[in-house]
Amino acid sequence: MGRLNSPEELERFRSEILSQRDVRQPLITVCGGTGCHASGCHQVVDAFRKVMEQHAQGNGVGLRVTGCHGFCERGPLVVIHPQKVFYQKVKPEDAAAIFEKTVLKGELLEHLLYDHPATGEKIGKEEEVPFYKKQMRIIFGNNGSIDPQRIEDYLAVGGYRALAKALFLMKPQEIINEVKKAKLRGRGGGGFPAGVKWEQCRNAPGEIKYVVCNADEGDPGAYMDRSLLEGNPHSVLEGMIIGAYAIGSHEGYVYVRNEYPLAVENIGIAIRQARDLGLLGRNILGSGFDFDVKVSRGGGAFVCGESTALMASIEGNVGEPRAKHIHTVISGLWERPTNLNNVETWANVPVIIDRGADWYTQIGTEESKGTKIFSLVGKVNNTGLVEVPMGITLREIVYDIGGGIPGGKKLKAVQTGGPSGGCIPESLMDLPVDFDRLTEVGSMMGSGGMIVMDESTCMVDVAKYFMNFLKDESCGKCTSCREGTKRMHELLTDITEGRGTLEHIDLLEELGWVTAEASLCALGGTAPNPVLSTIRYFRDEYKEHILNKRCPAKVCRALLKYRILSEVCTMCGRCAKACPSGAISGKVKTKKQEGIPFKIDQEKCIKCGMCFEACKFKAIEVE
Amino acid sequence: MISFMMDGQPVEGKEGGNLLEVALDAGIEIPHLCYHESVKPYGACRLCLVEVFRNGRSRMTTACTYPVQNGIEVHTGTEKVLRARRMIMELILAMCPGDKKIQQMAQEMGIEEVRFKKEEKDCILCGLCARVCDEVVGAHAIQFASRGDRREVTPPFGEEAKNCIACGACVLVCPVDVIGMKEEGDERTIVRWKRTLKMKQCKVCGNYFAPWFQVEKFREKAGLPKDFFDVCYSCRG
Amino acid sequence: MDVSAIDAIIERYEANPSAILAILQDIQAKEKYLPKEVLEHVGERLRIPLNKIYRIATFYRAFSLQPRGRHEICVCLGTACHVRGAPRIVDQLNLQLGIRPGETTKDRQFTLETVNCLGVCAAGPVVAIDGQYFGKMSPGKVEGVLKQFRSREKERVDGKA
Repeated sequence: MGRLNSPEELERFRSEILSQRDVRQPLITVCGGTGCHASGCHQVVDAFRKVMEQHAQGNGVGLRVTGCHGFCERGPLVVIHPQKVFYQKVKPEDAAAIFEKTVLKGELLEHLLYDHPATGEKIGKEEEVPFYKKQMRIIFGNNGSIDPQRIEDYLAVGGYRALAKALFLMKPQEIINEVKKAKLRGRGGGGFPAGVKWEQCRNAPGEIKYVVCNADEGDPGAYMDRSLLEGNPHSVLEGMIIGAYAIGSHEGYVYVRNEYPLAVENIGIAIRQARDLGLLGRNILGSGFDFDVKVSRGGGAFVCGESTALMASIEGNVGEPRAKHIHTVISGLWERPTNLNNVETWANVPVIIDRGADWYTQIGTEESKGTKIFSLVGKVNNTGLVEVPMGITLREIVYDIGGGIPGGKKLKAVQTGGPSGGCIPESLMDLPVDFDRLTEVGSMMGSGGMIVMDESTCMVDVAKYFMNFLKDESCGKCTSCREGTKRMHELLTDITEGRGTLEHIDLLEELGWVTAEASLCALGGTAPNPVLSTIRYFRDEYKEHILNKRCPAKVCRALLKYRILSEVCTMCGRCAKACPSGAISGKVKTKKQEGIPFKIDQEKCIKCGMCFEACKFKAIEVE
Repeated sequence: MISFMMDGQPVEGKEGGNLLEVALDAGIEIPHLCYHESVKPYGACRLCLVEVFRNGRSRMTTACTYPVQNGIEVHTGTEKVLRARRMIMELILAMCPGDKKIQQMAQEMGIEEVRFKKEEKDCILCGLCARVCDEVVGAHAIQFASRGDRREVTPPFGEEAKNCIACGACVLVCPVDVIGMKEEGDERTIVRWKRTLKMKQCKVCGNYFAPWFQVEKFREKAGLPKDFFDVCYSCRG
Repeated sequence: MDVSAIDAIIERYEANPSAILAILQDIQAKEKYLPKEVLEHVGERLRIPLNKIYRIATFYRAFSLQPRGRHEICVCLGTACHVRGAPRIVDQLNLQLGIRPGETTKDRQFTLETVNCLGVCAAGPVVAIDGQYFGKMSPGKVEGVLKQFRSREKERVDGKA
């Protein structure tokens, strides 16, 4: 593979690749995303390899490990082409049967098909699975077709066509205009119009400018940036090159959290492969435009997702934010104009340039165009990554795509925006999801974490959880953020441990106000949101903890009481064995002795819940 | 010079200046702890909050970090500002209830009670000591370490500050006077950084006037002869 | 301390002071912690004062100034895992090993850490030990998982003896 020195050479190379691929040839794709990793997709891949080696017809079948398919709850996922048969929860033992029956003979293996939870109907094709049906995977969709470590796969689905168009058929200002027309808003949390940002950076004085990709994805529960960077790194890279050309930058950085080693590896491979082909580096595609990218790893600090802290980190400093009276597009990295965008934002760029802003703006709402990838997790049946058009309602996401709440439990709230966001109660489920609507109800889009909570989630505990996270992650510079998050956490701890008073709720609101108003950066600025939104919609739950010292969701340990129902107790003794503090006494019933029902000594009980887990007879009650 | 309004009166500041220094020059009192004219503004204590009105919009920001601009209207004592300042002062008092200066400032602001569990810290984390040591003195002996509620100013590894030249600048600049300097016989100690240095004696008057370590560093840096500091500054006339 | 190995890492980044984070990460990966002498050496080579190096080393969670255990247990405390009961797993590990997050057992076998999201939310609660993921964990499964690593330890020790 030599350097490609013109768009014509690029297209010729693409045709060559496509001609070598027979779409009718059977192809087994296995999802290699991190979720499936944890479910053991490696062993499935190895099993397939073995089967194919041993089988006479193994040669004629392709095997590809692809990027994340998104339906993480049902992994390992296998899709058989060309029929597009969708298998879920595949085990290594299934490999032989899949090969012989489905690949060679076209027969379906019922037990591996997705079954509709309501109708029980077996669904064979990926696009008909309810999880995927309402999605619109214009950004994420290619993950399932490409091996992220092979640039040819990206080229085969049309990759870098947008880049050629941008470099040879458009001028920088035209590109900016197109992105502005598309109304692309930042997907990292701020929702700022990307095109406007690019224009400000382009117009800022200075020859040397930088573009940065923010892959620090610190929101706990959000992993879409990870899956994009791991599963389709070229889509992000292509977006950055187009953006750099539009802005007039020749040097870029991808800042990845170091907790994502596979993402670091795959973007590194993508960069090298793109360079080899002349799609990155000097004289890209013979256009005369130079641009190259370095990968920078995070050090384990949530605050480094904030743009000025991120840049400080790249410069070799601690991730302490600075005041943004002068924006980073004017003075950023090394005091030079810098344009920072999120992974998903960059990945939207090639799509917009390739298909045009007119096409793009057909999707979404008036002020929020395009799609958003959410990580739908928590108390929901179909956990995974979903890409939906802006404007779809929360109800559709949770029920139609997510398949509702497991165990028939009642939906209580959906938390969006990570630690900067808030909880949206069940009564607002018909809210269309877009930037402004979410902010109106006291939450925000954030990076796309969407955590479903049911009746067994304690909202005070959720607020405490986020405050604990934020007080640890605060850089500590500002009194208001450092002390504010600390004291809010302290108050919430008091409430969850039975020491709360009604004045504490007012104090929390006041503390929340000053933390948000007086702090330097958005970490402090949005820190109170989880607390304020739970007080707004779930004030009664706070009151229950305070006035009745009771946790209705049965989560706050100090307020729980474990009791053994003596009528139900079979005197097997498992609970006493499991108890780490020797709080359970009784006598085991055997053939030789009568047995005495077991009892918990409340003084010694540390409320760890081990007895509850150990009892097989539902004899232990929690209240 | 850049002109704008502050609390209803016209004020002026030079290019690149900040609102706090303009206020102090104009005799407008804005409480502050982490600001000092010898070092770059930092914006850590958040006490010097003011409201800045510009283009019909207002925002609350720290005066020490906001650059002077033509046409802005600054208000240093609005209800919003006072409410925020009081809360911040209360938080600092809860953190360092024993500091006399903090008690005094809190009293002046009318803070009667502290609604949080009092801690027993003494350092208010303004960072002036570290910033002076880095930016003015250039000894780089102490800095912030850790983050969040574990943030502290410390010599590396919490040990004796091996780069400290015991100049005493940090002691001078600390708003709550918690660093401390002692001189006993021929030794000077910067208490908080556990740094004790032997002092050099003047050949003429016999006084201990500067730490050996310090003068040796100066000699090295400036390439001065060996006997340059044998006579103290006073005796040199 | 193997100075040549440290210098090799520094050279990989052309002794550029801006690369201090990456340099320290590579050292952390190799030595499993950042020894004091190494930090002093890096500071000298890169001409960065030690007070700044120490500030960086203590600011970022990726770095440890104390030697880590042979096995690193990472409990995910991401929101999805939290909602599925992850804190109880931390408590159970605390009971079994006698250490809290950030600490290492006296015999240096295990280090317990918590992390704010491993990105495997569908399989939560998740515990990662030495890069191996254990999904759908519960306090009851902790002992069994620890046993796996304890038996590997025993083999290692027996093998040496």
